[in-house]
Amino acid sequence: MTVAVFFGCAFIAFGPAFALFIFTIAKDPLRVIILIAGAFFWLLSLLLSSLVWFIAVKASNADNASLQRGLLIFGVIFSVLLQEVFRFAYYRLLRKANEGLATISDEEASPISVQQMAYVAGLGFGIMSGAFSMINILSDSLGPGTVGIFGDSQYYFITSALMTMAMTLLHTFWGVVFFHGCEKGNWWVTATVVCLHLLVSCLSLLNPLYEGSLPPVYCVMVVMAVWAFFSSGGSLNNLAQLCTRRKTDVSTS
Amino acid sequence: MRRMGPEIPKWFMILSVCWLYKGVTCNSVEQKIYVALNNTVPCVRLLNATHQIGCQSLKSGSTGVLHVLQSEADLDWVLSTGPHPPYMVFMEASFFNNVTMMRLKNSTRVAGVAVVIPNTGPAQGYSPHTGCPNQNTGVYSEKYGPLLANCNNTVWNPLGNGLSYEDFRFPIFSLKDDNETEVIRKCFEDHNVAANGSAPQYPLCAMQLFSHMSAVIDTPTCMRRNHLQNSFSINPDMVCDPLRDYNVIAYLRPVNTSTKGHKANESVVIAATRLDGRSFFWDIAPAAEGTVAGFVTLLAAAHALFPVAQEVPPPRNILFTFFQGETFDYIGSSRMVYDMQNKKFEIDLDNVHSVLELGQVGLWNRQKLWMHSDPISRLNSSVEEEVGNLVNNIKFVASQMNLSVEEPSVSQALPPSSFQRFLRVRPVPGIVIADHEAAFVNRYYESIYDNAEYLNVAYPSNMSEAEQLDTVTDTARSLAEAATLVARSLYKQAGGSDPLLSNITADPKIVTQLLYGFLIQPNNSWFRALFRPDHQQVLKGVQSNYVGVRMPENAVKESTLLFQYILANLTGKATNLTQSQCQNPSDLPEESKDLYSYMWVKGPVSANETEGSPYCVRASTRLHEAYSPAFLLSDYASKEYSTWTESRWKVIKARIFLVASQELEMLTLGVGVAVLLVSLLVTYFMSSKAEILFSSARETSTTTY
Repeated sequence: MTVAVFFGCAFIAFGPAFALFIFTIAKDPLRVIILIAGAFFWLLSLLLSSLVWFIAVKASNADNASLQRGLLIFGVIFSVLLQEVFRFAYYRLLRKANEGLATISDEEASPISVQQMAYVAGLGFGIMSGAFSMINILSDSLGPGTVGIFGDSQYYFITSALMTMAMTLLHTFWGVVFFHGCEKGNWWVTATVVCLHLLVSCLSLLNPLYEGSLPPVYCVMVVMAVWAFFSSGGSLNNLAQLCTRRKTDVSTS
Repeated sequence: MRRMGPEIPKWFMILSVCWLYKGVTCNSVEQKIYVALNNTVPCVRLLNATHQIGCQSLKSGSTGVLHVLQSEADLDWVLSTGPHPPYMVFMEASFFNNVTMMRLKNSTRVAGVAVVIPNTGPAQGYSPHTGCPNQNTGVYSEKYGPLLANCNNTVWNPLGNGLSYEDFRFPIFSLKDDNETEVIRKCFEDHNVAANGSAPQYPLCAMQLFSHMSAVIDTPTCMRRNHLQNSFSINPDMVCDPLRDYNVIAYLRPVNTSTKGHKANESVVIAATRLDGRSFFWDIAPAAEGTVAGFVTLLAAAHALFPVAQEVPPPRNILFTFFQGETFDYIGSSRMVYDMQNKKFEIDLDNVHSVLELGQVGLWNRQKLWMHSDPISRLNSSVEEEVGNLVNNIKFVASQMNLSVEEPSVSQALPPSSFQRFLRVRPVPGIVIADHEAAFVNRYYESIYDNAEYLNVAYPSNMSEAEQLDTVTDTARSLAEAATLVARSLYKQAGGSDPLLSNITADPKIVTQLLYGFLIQPNNSWFRALFRPDHQQVLKGVQSNYVGVRMPENAVKESTLLFQYILANLTGKATNLTQSQCQNPSDLPEESKDLYSYMWVKGPVSANETEGSPYCVRASTRLHEAYSPAFLLSDYASKEYSTWTESRWKVIKARIFLVASQELEMLTLGVGVAVLLVSLLVTYFMSSKAEILFSSARETSTTTY
């Protein structure tokens, strides 16, 4: 759909992730490493779940549409569960690494806190997930045509980009909440994260009924944003302090 | 499958599936957007010494909103009133005429044209060729018969609208009326038609045509660029190629081809015709009446003549020549005359006694054949005498056969024919036999409609191939009579004795098999038996008689090679040589590669076998290069010789899809930029205030966000 749509969708899908990377991750090499390793863990989970789906599809009858749809739903659920398993595995790995980092650093404690690692890991998952969702669609959006000749919706590119942005941010928030739950031993928190991930992925199965998939996903994203804010140390008090600090700055200057 | 979906398994899966196994249905995004059109034929660019003709698209394809032309009002929509230019015009063949195409050509709102071509042409006739074919390279000019030059006294092709020789700056593709065309029409009706003539809403159905041509301006420019590429580039990117192929020739009495120049005691009657045709679109040239009828008749004449003439040889030799590339300013015949003049051919012009050429003979239907001659050369009394002899010989044979063959009632020019190239150099006596007295009777001269149906060569569809090969059509019968006439006239002209003439008869069965092979299906059992065992796969589809370009440079066009094998089989002898002897006959004492060609052919295949019983055919045929002397002399702006070249291209394809409105695209870009800026601002803000925002549960205070 031409260059304008290409850049528009690229900015929508990857804008927040890019901003987060530039301002919070890029300056600290340790965070960059954790980000990339997180992306790699997500890739591993995708590889394994796709192998399973691929074998299932090859072993089944390609012409039976309802069977293929059923296999797709099974693939979705299996993949979500596998991603969360890998997220947990990454959590264990980072915990171990944290102890090592603490011993080799100049001060007593590790140079990076678990919350920061949680955020970076979540962002890593989100970026790789977004890349895999969106790059294929972006490359086709460069051509002159748009989706629709077979009756699909012409808003395909925009809704894909919006969905990708939501998923990237959601992965980030899930990372924070998940690690927080594992640290504190609140397994119900972890279970909720998994359930919400399943919910969001299954909502996307409703496409192209975009009204049924996008608004609920954005609602979930807002809820997760608030939850992540609170579990990483924010509070209403802090927000109030922010405003008063500003006011005092203004009044003193 | 209609979701962007749960990103994780689907995309990776589908891509890996798509890459590795094509059996599983792929639903990549590209397949949701584009519908590729596979059965299309483009119009390509040809260049000569001064001009470029044909069509070309933009480098990355020409895109336009589809519009189907059904009436004049639609033409106005495209040219002036439609709100979404440029338009890609989709039309039926009835609109593909001079008037409409000239209006479209001059408009900037047209991105391209797609034409649906049916199997039969419009009843009133249609010819995209010029009205006066090859007018600058024939014999008539300011200096020779100025009153006859440029078709001043007879317009040969009055139906010609000259579209093939126009230069279009947009692509023109032809489509067949099949499922793909239905898809296009449906797409148009679903998206591009609004109620009551108001503007249709986006998304609109659009078509993109790719046919970018590398060569521009004219032949000297493109040849210069070729040389630059060759000299300075490691990986030369040529831009054009000269049109070239080979003429096929056969001698009645073998002539030593290794010695060039004048041959003593050799007086040759040349029997000539052309092998090629063209149409508006690339590599489509059925040329049934224009070309195929002529060479089939001459093939049948050779087949009838050789047995008798080899038993009782006439005093003069007879050379059957089938010239290639005649449509494009006489490539083949000009090269042969050039070689004769420069002692590069095994005989020279002094050896040529007379010329008998077959023009278009397909539509004579046993009514009347006409003998055309050149009135200017006949002003010379000796030439007049020879031509008169030739005419009398033909009339004698015709009266014997009860056929009507006459000279035209008024003195007029020669029709476009290879014989004109001989006359340019020397006043050789000659006659061109054709089925038209003045203007062509061929209503579809050099067009896509000059096909088997026009020549009435048609078979009921329930016949098997063997039955179709055996059926003798009326056209075949009438062409066989013409062939008999030509063969007997040649024998008499060569000095053969009259009583033997009645032994020379063309076989209608051979004619009908030849017509079947060249007009309907070359991949038939008879052609397969006559051709090489290892090349059988080349016989596919209806033969195109377009001369084309050769890659690699000295290759022979497959259909020309097939033609040589057929000529060899019809005029030569089967020998007992083995395959290795056939390939190297010079070891054997009685065989000579200078006099004959030896060809290993597959042989007839009986019902139960797949392998034929191959044998070696010995015939006095050979291939003669039909490469314009202009390229030999590197005189690319030559006015004497043909300078036609064909451009090269990289991609030729067509596809349709929907396009979205500019507003939606800009909106997407705007939203994207807004999201990016907002997220940058918010992140910067949160990052700088992180100590305040995330103060309660921090473990260390050393690192900041």
